[in-house]
Amino acid sequence: MKLKFTALAAAAVVSAAAPAMADLVFPSLSYRTGPYAAGGIPFADGYADYFTLLNERDGGIGGEMAKVIECETGYNTEKGVECYESTKGEGSLIYQPLSTGITYQLIPKVTADGIALHTMGYGRTSAKNGKVFSNVFNYPANYWDGASVAINHLLDLNDGDINGKKVALVYHNSAYGKEPIRTLEELSAKHGFELTTLAVDHPGQEQKSQWLQIRREKPDYVLMWGWGVMNQVAIQEAANIRFPMENFIGVWWSGGEHDVIPAGDGANGYKAVTFHNVGSDFPVFDDVQKYVVDAGKAAGNGDQIGTAVYNRGFYAAMLAAEAARNAQEIAGKSDITAADMLKGMESLEITEERMAELGMPNFGPSFTVTCENHGGPGLGAIQQWDAAAQEWSLISDFAPSDTEIIDALVMEDSMAFAKENNIEERCN
Amino acid sequence: MPEQLLWAAEAMMNGLMAGVLYALVALGFVLIFKASGVFNYAQGVMALFAALTLVGIMDGQVPFAHLINAVFGTEIHHFGWHVPAILAIFLTGVVMVGLAIFIERFVLRHLVNQPDIILFMATIGLAYFMEGVGDLMWGSEIKTLDVGLPQGISETIDEATYNWFGYGFFIDRLDIVATIIAALLVASLTIFSQYSKQGRALRAVADDHQAALSVGISLRFIWVLVWSIAGFVALVAGMMWGAKSGVQFSLSLIALKALPVLMLGGFTSIPGAIVGGLIIGVGEKLFEFSIGPLVGGATENWFAYVLALVFLVFRPQGLFGEKIIERV
Amino acid sequence: MLYREAGDFKTTYVEDGQTFPIKFDRIAYYILLAVAFGVVPFIINDYWANAVLVPFLIYAVAAIGLNILVGYAGQVSLGTGGFMAVGAYACYKLMTSFPEVSILIHVVLAGVITAAVGVLFGLPSLRIKGFYLAVATLAAQFFLVWLFNKVPWFYNYSASGQISAPERTVFGIEVTGANTDAWAKYLVCLIFVTACAWLARNLTRGTTGRTWMAIRDMDIAAEIIGVNPLKAKLTAFAVSSFFVGIAGALFFAVYLGSVEVGEVFGINKSFLVLFMIIIGGLGSIFGSFAGAAFMVLMPVLLKNILVGGLGWPTDIAAHFELVIVGGLIVVFLILEPHGLAQLWRVAKEKLRLWPFPH
Repeated sequence: MKLKFTALAAAAVVSAAAPAMADLVFPSLSYRTGPYAAGGIPFADGYADYFTLLNERDGGIGGEMAKVIECETGYNTEKGVECYESTKGEGSLIYQPLSTGITYQLIPKVTADGIALHTMGYGRTSAKNGKVFSNVFNYPANYWDGASVAINHLLDLNDGDINGKKVALVYHNSAYGKEPIRTLEELSAKHGFELTTLAVDHPGQEQKSQWLQIRREKPDYVLMWGWGVMNQVAIQEAANIRFPMENFIGVWWSGGEHDVIPAGDGANGYKAVTFHNVGSDFPVFDDVQKYVVDAGKAAGNGDQIGTAVYNRGFYAAMLAAEAARNAQEIAGKSDITAADMLKGMESLEITEERMAELGMPNFGPSFTVTCENHGGPGLGAIQQWDAAAQEWSLISDFAPSDTEIIDALVMEDSMAFAKENNIEERCN
Repeated sequence: MPEQLLWAAEAMMNGLMAGVLYALVALGFVLIFKASGVFNYAQGVMALFAALTLVGIMDGQVPFAHLINAVFGTEIHHFGWHVPAILAIFLTGVVMVGLAIFIERFVLRHLVNQPDIILFMATIGLAYFMEGVGDLMWGSEIKTLDVGLPQGISETIDEATYNWFGYGFFIDRLDIVATIIAALLVASLTIFSQYSKQGRALRAVADDHQAALSVGISLRFIWVLVWSIAGFVALVAGMMWGAKSGVQFSLSLIALKALPVLMLGGFTSIPGAIVGGLIIGVGEKLFEFSIGPLVGGATENWFAYVLALVFLVFRPQGLFGEKIIERV
Repeated sequence: MLYREAGDFKTTYVEDGQTFPIKFDRIAYYILLAVAFGVVPFIINDYWANAVLVPFLIYAVAAIGLNILVGYAGQVSLGTGGFMAVGAYACYKLMTSFPEVSILIHVVLAGVITAAVGVLFGLPSLRIKGFYLAVATLAAQFFLVWLFNKVPWFYNYSASGQISAPERTVFGIEVTGANTDAWAKYLVCLIFVTACAWLARNLTRGTTGRTWMAIRDMDIAAEIIGVNPLKAKLTAFAVSSFFVGIAGALFFAVYLGSVEVGEVFGINKSFLVLFMIIIGGLGSIFGSFAGAAFMVLMPVLLKNILVGGLGWPTDIAAHFELVIVGGLIVVFLILEPHGLAQLWRVAKEKLRLWPFPH
């Protein structure tokens, strides 16, 4: 962001005058304003920084420069549509809208236009079924995996028996927040815990009623599906009623630094589910410092590096870049199209070795994507907040979710979608 | 069942406290509406702007840093000092006065004698404008506001009620502080408007613009004054809500919580704002407690309006509003 | 020189009472319609349809609806978002329950259902007046959104609570769903806009419209001269909600295709449509179009200039967008408090005299 406007304007003029260069285009539908800016900024920064790193250090992906077109959506569906329409003609390879609303919007559109949509840890969960959703990917984990991983963590804490325990779910009263309920109900039937659900309406600044209820009913554990200001208030209220923080587990969208810092020491011990590693203690971040930050090319203020959501954006960019690389290999050319990119994503394989090569050992789980399975294995881990050190740390390995239950649910929901929209199954 | 009763009492107590916080926001609306007949949509954004400025000053942030960096290629973020809370609150107050002068000079002065809806619209423009400027000045990430307000359960009340009833009530210490501050604020506003010269002028303007003008009261000064006071009230509201959630965009949405309060209490009455706040706070908490679980919860947002609606059907001018006299 | 009425003599009342009494206006109007129907569909692309024209047309319908209530009948409403949601959900339920019936009929029926809901929430208007009335419509706004979010029947028990429009065709051409061509979307919306504007214009200059305006100007006086306030207010709510419901149905089925109620039809939508009619001009059909154009096109235009043209970082551009839109609203109000429609009227007056102003 240290480039001068004049330079940027000049660059814009030059690029407009010159014939379209064969860049690999990765549009970034970000939101740096509006009620969810706190989550949108670090993600967009991480996403942009990874591609800047590739361009500066390696000269792009397979010799092709990566170009990130940022477009501000403000988490607003209509603006998201505008962004999609304005960028799809630029040769965009993959969309990552970072909003459940925009995702639902884009699912039919990308399918019609033949572009890939990667909704990492959000969006439509049943898109995991590649037989129905040809262009939508949600590896490595989805909400239902998240719910299951959280419950698995509770099982671990209780030596595998949570029969009769009380679990409360505090959720954002929207499509996003309602996602885990079905899975949790199934899991509650399986493991015999008692589930209560507490809805919090947007924006969620006033949650006294919900937390008084929690205080009265004394659930053993509280899970949270929150977003925006709801997260900060919930964590503060939990601290206020002295709810034991180590029994309070949020989904990954409730697990950023900005969610816990406002509550200060009260947030110590709060846990969140995650599907990627935390902190900046990876070799790749030395390169980020050297090629991106020191070169004055960091996105945004450059002060988000290593935060949980920044890492998520960084990880998303890494997966996109790896898919592009894979697509280049398959297509046998460096200048890939959106159709090639789809093939690249559909046969993506992320291994321990590859991540170590990239300077990101154990940054995320290793997984394979296939035509049938667009969601990966659904591995997740638990991170815990240390208020004194002001950092997250992983307290478990990436462990699988309860695929038995989730696969059945995915199948049911995706089949309903297929029937509603007359989609024939692929991959046969 | 006594246990249910105790819980209901606890919900009611918390409702009262929440009501005070709503009333704080509504107060700003009422002040401006009384003095200038403007329904100030920007009140919520003013709270956000005030809180942003407060945090920015406390942390020694450079205003417009992001913009400056982008234009000049510099890399500045902070001055590197920390301003003590009291001084920062004072400085923010000065900024809010500056904002009031700005608004009077560039907006209100040009819209004298326009219909209500136009003035309302102008405050909407103002809200957009201030939201943009606030973001440009201080950035849109969440900031932690720490002016030393206490938070968390009040143990005294918890223990006392436990000893009396066998069930410890939960009262947030922040809410207690908010109640005290709100009481002080209302008391000082009352004293100011009853006994000071400017206060009398203020009431005169509220009663009748033209009559006030004809006895030599400067309307412009009164407007600056009242917008400054509203700015200060917004600052207090922003501090209270910001302490809970961090300072961020959503702070501007607290205006939505104040709307039913205003309508219930009447646009022109300060006691109305307080009583309205309490009624809404208690009503929505009790409803959520009793009926909420039956219908799936999250009822507070709409119930506040339905409650206000029920009151208005019986008293169309709000509880304390001036009686509407209609002549042909 | 060009724009004048000299020599344009009216010999019948019908001629004198027509919508565009000046010949030049009339011709311009027909040319506009011809271009909108005959030229634009052939040159429109996805970007122009989805990002600019379709939202503009749909917002214009909603703005006409709200303008009838606020501008003509003087009843303040902040429930537009909620009523649009009623239209959208009614359309969805109808589309999925009766797939064989044409989507166009569903959209109109959705408007009718919304009109019924609007009348219900309009009842308090008989007792509550002025800004206080906003509370009734705000109650509708929050309650309806909550209801659609809470009751699974409305979203056919889908897992996520989102509703998605299935593919529907008109004369064998797809108008909803992902594979709809840009021109088809545009034309469907255009037909509804034209019909609504025509209907609204003729309602507002007839008896109904006159009773509305009488109520707006002073309801007690209107009552004395024999206007039935119950009928006038409730018809205003019904007609207004009918248009808003159609806008909601189109918004969901044609424009977005899938909708989450809290996000798309939240309170912000209510404010947005209200801004449109105030900026455009209260009590003016043209104003509804002008306001919708301003609020839809301005941000897109600014974004394209600031980000696309000048290459600013998106966040700074977004913040500047707010500053500029806010500043423009204030400037417009100071220059012309009665909205863009009044600006247009003044411009026309000037044109009539030009080049000999005296």
